[in-house]
Amino acid sequence: MSSASQRIRQALGDAVQFVQGDDACAYGAILAGCTFFAGYPITPATEVAERMAELLPLIGGCYIQMEDEIASMGAIIGASWTGAKTMTSTSGPGFSLMQENLGYAIMSETPCVVVNVQRSGPSTGQPTMGAYGDMMQARWGTHGDHEIIMLCPASVQEAMELTIVAFNLAEQLRTPVLLFIDGELGHMRERLVIPDVETIERYERVRATSPAGYRPFAPGPNLVPPFAPFGAGFRTYVTGLTHNEQGLPRASSAAIHDQLVRRLAAKITDHSELITRYEAFYPDDCDIAIVAYGITARTCRDVVEEARRRGIKAGLLRLISIWPFPEAVVAQWAARVRALLVPEMNLGQIVHPIREAVAGRCPVVLHSRIGGELHSPAELLSALEELQWQQA
Amino acid sequence: MATGLKPRTAAELRTSYLRQEMFPTIFCDGCGIGNVLNYTLWALDSLGLDLDRTVFVSGIGCSSRLSGYINADGMHTTHGRALAFASGIKAANPELTVIIFTGDGDGAGIGGNHLLHAIRRNMDLTVILVNNFTYGMTGGQAAPTTPDGSFSTTTPYGNIEHPLDICELARALGAPYVARWPVNVPAQPISSIAQGISKRGFALIEMLVPCPTAYGRRNGLKELERSWQWYREQTVLVDEWEWIEQFGSPEERAALGGKLKIGVFQDLERETFEDRWARLVARVRL
Repeated sequence: MSSASQRIRQALGDAVQFVQGDDACAYGAILAGCTFFAGYPITPATEVAERMAELLPLIGGCYIQMEDEIASMGAIIGASWTGAKTMTSTSGPGFSLMQENLGYAIMSETPCVVVNVQRSGPSTGQPTMGAYGDMMQARWGTHGDHEIIMLCPASVQEAMELTIVAFNLAEQLRTPVLLFIDGELGHMRERLVIPDVETIERYERVRATSPAGYRPFAPGPNLVPPFAPFGAGFRTYVTGLTHNEQGLPRASSAAIHDQLVRRLAAKITDHSELITRYEAFYPDDCDIAIVAYGITARTCRDVVEEARRRGIKAGLLRLISIWPFPEAVVAQWAARVRALLVPEMNLGQIVHPIREAVAGRCPVVLHSRIGGELHSPAELLSALEELQWQQA
Repeated sequence: MATGLKPRTAAELRTSYLRQEMFPTIFCDGCGIGNVLNYTLWALDSLGLDLDRTVFVSGIGCSSRLSGYINADGMHTTHGRALAFASGIKAANPELTVIIFTGDGDGAGIGGNHLLHAIRRNMDLTVILVNNFTYGMTGGQAAPTTPDGSFSTTTPYGNIEHPLDICELARALGAPYVARWPVNVPAQPISSIAQGISKRGFALIEMLVPCPTAYGRRNGLKELERSWQWYREQTVLVDEWEWIEQFGSPEERAALGGKLKIGVFQDLERETFEDRWARLVARVRL
């Protein structure tokens, strides 16, 4: 085992632990090879930063507490251009502040990971309560046309595993990746099994080989340009302005803007197979299905079993990757069932792309819950029963 | 510190240091930002800095375009945030020389909080802050540095806000190197930029430059000769300033009102963030 792997194993400690979702995100980052974290304290995400502050010096990485979330996002982009794998974490108000620099990361094709432990908004809202109110902000929060990748784990174990996936996707596609949990999952303690460091699949961004003739934003066959870190003699100019493949500003060219922004979008959508993740329960044997994500999906798992015991042929589609939206998967389900129930811890956000994907094939019913409490199994069960009765 | 200026022609400097494809520049006739670029190149040359290991970071605005003109790694970031990006670069790879170009609006207005904390953190960064008293790129709006009573598109009846003294702020925060020079004196800024880059720690060099298009024409400083004259008349060396304050006649003291203090305001040693972090890691690393 390499000394780096040994250090990581030693830093993380026991292979089985009882930890919070926030801790699991930090562990996942370290396992993925993250060596740089910049952040700012905010409930309920602070523990991610606390763990990183504790772990990074142990493995020779760097933790820096910035003056705000704007600076945190800026710092991880800057650090990523030295070749480091970088991350920040925040909650709603901080995520709002990060939007402009998030767009810069998209435009400059900078790999980095942003963890958002969501709480109720708008504004200061309910700092200690869980919510999923930033799902659409994640998609459209930064200005301009763009695509984004977002993963939504449902357990502490999955929070760790998907943080590793988030780093891998960021590296493979040279783009920021969002890992979204909520205050409930972030502060919930569960058994976490830390895998053997050596068995973890880790991807590194493709490096440019020689400065001769290097065009920093000329895409490879997979639409991703090879990367040259600052200080390696490639003399790259990075700008948030519309730029040509050389990286030089061409802000008045309609053709270059069109080509660049469409490539940046296609770079994500063309790799939907690489990104899309979901879990299906009774996909071929259900009349009514729940489509859920995040912590809500855990409740739904039990609800579906109980409903089936009561004679309702219920199924569950648990979305793990939210953006780019797995439209084809949802469309397939819509073609098979009589109705879809969408429980969300917001006033209805992911129900919209679901309706777009369903395109009228079946009714889509939103079951909203806000205020920081989770959906109870009983309320979802009666929602399913009502839907069954309506569709009968 | 003496700077080892070599007898170079401007053409030689251009070929050695500039990204030819970026020219012509965006700067208007009479703009002083080009002078700052020129002084910076002389300073880089005097130090023999390895451009392969130097990163130029900037925010948004006219002076923030400078990062693109130098043929090195460069990062033209978001408005006001150059220091945040630069801090990430420096913290992640302390071996790189990181130089920041920013303006008064970019660096001290929207980016004021980052300036404050970057100085407090004391990374080895060199900030060349170009102060033209206005938001030039957007057409001449009032900035945090716009002089009292000056006219701009957003102060059409005269500015009523008190201008910010950026160097005084940096000095108070303990920045290891702080200097301010007007555009009309080349040798001092070249020397100060070189000293700032050589200084282990945060260095701020504020450059006072004319913006004839957006600021000058609304304040009787449109003509180049007149505006350079203004910088000669309105700036007072720090030593002279302090002498007048202490020993000057009431008339001499009154004459300082509205003028700008120039010179090297601070030059001291202070341990950097990177050095402290390295010591911390050496202490706890597994």
